[in-house]
Amino acid sequence: MSNRVINWFRYASPQTFYPLAGRLIPWFWALAAIFGVAGLTIGFLVAPTDAQQGEGYRIIFLHVPASWMSMFIYLVMAFWAAMGLAFNTRLSGMMASALAPTGALFAFLSLWTGALWGKPMWGTWWVWDARLTSELILLFLYIGFIALQAAIDDPRRADKAGAILALVGVVNIPIIYFSVKWWNTLHQGASVSLTKAPSMAALMLWGMLLCALACWMYSIAIALMRVRTIMLERERHTDWVRALLAEKE
Amino acid sequence: MHWNSLADFLAMGSHGLYVWGSVAVMALLMLAEPTLLLQGRKRLIARLKRQYRAERSEARLKSQTNTGRSRD
Repeated sequence: MSNRVINWFRYASPQTFYPLAGRLIPWFWALAAIFGVAGLTIGFLVAPTDAQQGEGYRIIFLHVPASWMSMFIYLVMAFWAAMGLAFNTRLSGMMASALAPTGALFAFLSLWTGALWGKPMWGTWWVWDARLTSELILLFLYIGFIALQAAIDDPRRADKAGAILALVGVVNIPIIYFSVKWWNTLHQGASVSLTKAPSMAALMLWGMLLCALACWMYSIAIALMRVRTIMLERERHTDWVRALLAEKE
Repeated sequence: MHWNSLADFLAMGSHGLYVWGSVAVMALLMLAEPTLLLQGRKRLIARLKRQYRAERSEARLKSQTNTGRSRD
């Protein structure tokens, strides 16, 4: 590059972002595998038994990362949706669409692992508690976003409609996060917070953070893979996609 | 190492069903998602290539008939 300042907007065009994403994907997979193996080893083989919950607490190494990702992916999705509405860039809408299915996956896994944790600890798979209900609403927001986009043929209009839904739904994220403070619920309070020291053993904390990092890397790798497919599909009438697929023959 | 035996590890202190039920579903879905994505991508690329080939041959056919007509 001739000028010293990196022109970030260069990567905002699908044509330049596509090969860059392709080069990054294997690195994120490798990091996901490394963090995943490390986190699960600590969580399932090394970490001590919990004084109150016995061995059943080990679901935390799956449940907390899945729940964090389900909320964080929604925020990123809403960010891209807002960028798309504000600047009308092609890539923004594609990024939002690429994130939604993975967000839905983690929201489902959060509920699933939560139910399997709730049964032995609370004696029930499900309660209509503030935390659980707002997480269920998050899953429905993801499904609604995907269904709405699928129902509109014109991708630009689908992006706009989806973006508005995504932005309205953002209000649910702080509700999930603070639900254990605002309401008296069955769900336990935050084990890790920014304001006070974590209320768990160091090994448990490390296992959980490494598993969370693995889920981060997984999500980035998957989102990049999906956005590349969406790019090919949506830009199929452009010369760069034609040239790219012609090379592969 | 926290466990004394494999049986201990699998039993998870009588919570085996819940712990392994969580692990199994999470692993399954996190393997299924990239697999399905790769399949969908392959299908899309094959479809687009077919489409481009069809367009090219159509264009060739058109240009042939056009030149044929001009010779008449």
